[in-house]
Amino acid sequence: MNIYVLMKRTFDTEEKITISGGQINEDGAEFIINPYDEYAIEEAIQVRDAQGGEVTVVSVGNEETEKQLRTALAMGADKAVLINTEDDLDYGDQFTTAKILSEYLKDKGADLIIAGNVAIDGGSGQVGPRVAELLNIPYVTTITKLDIDGKNAIVVRDVEGDSEVIETTLPLLVTAQQGLNEPRYPSLPGIMKAKKKPLDELELDDLDLEEDDVEAKTKTIDIYLPPKKEAGKVLEGELADQVKELVNLLHTEAKVV
Amino acid sequence: MARKIIVLGEVRDGSLRNVSFEAVAAAKTASEGGEVVGVLIGDSVNALSGELIHYGADRVITVENEKLKQYTPDGYSQALMAIIDAESPEGLIFGHTSLGKDLAPKVAAKLNSGLISDVTALEVAGGNLVFTRPIYSGKAFEKKIVTDGLVFATIRPNNISPLEKDESRSGETSSLSVDIKDLRTIIKEVVRKASEGVDLSEAKVIIAGGRGVKSEEGFEPLKELAKVLNGAVGASRGACDADYCDYSLQIGQTGKVVTPDLYIACGISGAIQHLAGMSNSKVIVAINKDPEANIFKVADYGIVGDLFEVVPLLTEEFRKILVNA
Repeated sequence: MNIYVLMKRTFDTEEKITISGGQINEDGAEFIINPYDEYAIEEAIQVRDAQGGEVTVVSVGNEETEKQLRTALAMGADKAVLINTEDDLDYGDQFTTAKILSEYLKDKGADLIIAGNVAIDGGSGQVGPRVAELLNIPYVTTITKLDIDGKNAIVVRDVEGDSEVIETTLPLLVTAQQGLNEPRYPSLPGIMKAKKKPLDELELDDLDLEEDDVEAKTKTIDIYLPPKKEAGKVLEGELADQVKELVNLLHTEAKVV
Repeated sequence: MARKIIVLGEVRDGSLRNVSFEAVAAAKTASEGGEVVGVLIGDSVNALSGELIHYGADRVITVENEKLKQYTPDGYSQALMAIIDAESPEGLIFGHTSLGKDLAPKVAAKLNSGLISDVTALEVAGGNLVFTRPIYSGKAFEKKIVTDGLVFATIRPNNISPLEKDESRSGETSSLSVDIKDLRTIIKEVVRKASEGVDLSEAKVIIAGGRGVKSEEGFEPLKELAKVLNGAVGASRGACDADYCDYSLQIGQTGKVVTPDLYIACGISGAIQHLAGMSNSKVIVAINKDPEANIFKVADYGIVGDLFEVVPLLTEEFRKILVNA
């Protein structure tokens, strides 16, 4: 089984966001593997361990992304590929990323491609379905279970809390939803081994792509922080009176009930 | 610039979802006086076209086919591509729902177009359609424009107001016959788990529980309150990780991002990762034993106390006023 994982490096969920010079300030921020991509990596490792084969983790990013790719290798992935766009692109969108990934993947003979269902930074969840479309393979998003039997797959998809049981075939792209598995932490031997595993670095040139081929279709014209919320009113007095006051406030002042 | 904008109406349990009316309102703004064309796809959807028109669509195109009874990306994209070929629209708007999130990127990719996902507001400024959307799960916002290709957007439920329903509005409904072939994913079974109560992403009221609910049974008083307020129950990551509830209820940077009118946080401390998922709610109420809990910093109203005392009292009080209303 030839398995690929699409991974993104993102801000740690515990990071506060600040803006300087119209950009998200990255100075001193902690970065992690996008949490949904951790499920994807874990699932890929489990499928490989059950069925044999190889797991390759691919990321479009910059030099810094090597750290998260090493972590994926330490978890148990076999190979990593960094498509470094730092020198070629100032700005990319989901079209850009999907185009680059599909150009990389098109001749790899992937049986299974797993991605997170959404990245917690940009939050658009587009890249998975776009890549599947560009490779002309079926996809199932937000999955919570994956069973593979030969060329057939049974997938459970989370649909706003309900579950769909879906039958499909390989090659297939799926995107991971929370609940799919419990991602492992890299073990110490895993970390040692990861240092020796192959991590290839490519640029657009290596994929025969020009900047124009991947030029974004959208543009961000402003980034801002939401207005800071004033601390509200903490009620006082007997509990029963507080509850009455709260209901009254919600009903007559805030008018939300 | 007058534009023709297509809106995909989403049908759930035989009715149009609210977000589809919101999408029509968004399309109206985006059309700048052009045309809003509603689209309905399914096995039996013709009867719903009037309602889409009452909410502001100028006309409606339906595609009915036995193979479209359930949503699949292949089936729906074939139907939609046939409509796009026939209509040559400038843009398409979907709800940012399970269906919209799954389908819109596929169709946008087919047409080499950009897609602006999870839009909470749009305006016309300097000849451009400017879309506002949260990033970092609402810790920041960005404004985006489309620079090339068709304009694709998915809009987040509960943020753009629908137009007032006008039953005197009329418009043409036409149907397009599309040959649907080669569905590569087949839905074998649908297991309903969310059927009790209101869908979290569209709920106007959310009652959320954290570690403070202590157990699966601890969610019962919250469910009771949700029922009285016609709301949905949500949870923090802490509650989900502790197995008090299903991960599908999780609200936060991992999990769902919600913006209801009223968010009642019960026994939730207010970790940054949770706040990212709910702090843009219109009114936030915090109930927590710890007066120093972070959640009070974003709450409009707070009660320091035991949720197992406060929540049943609240349910009782709401019951009284809602009966009298």
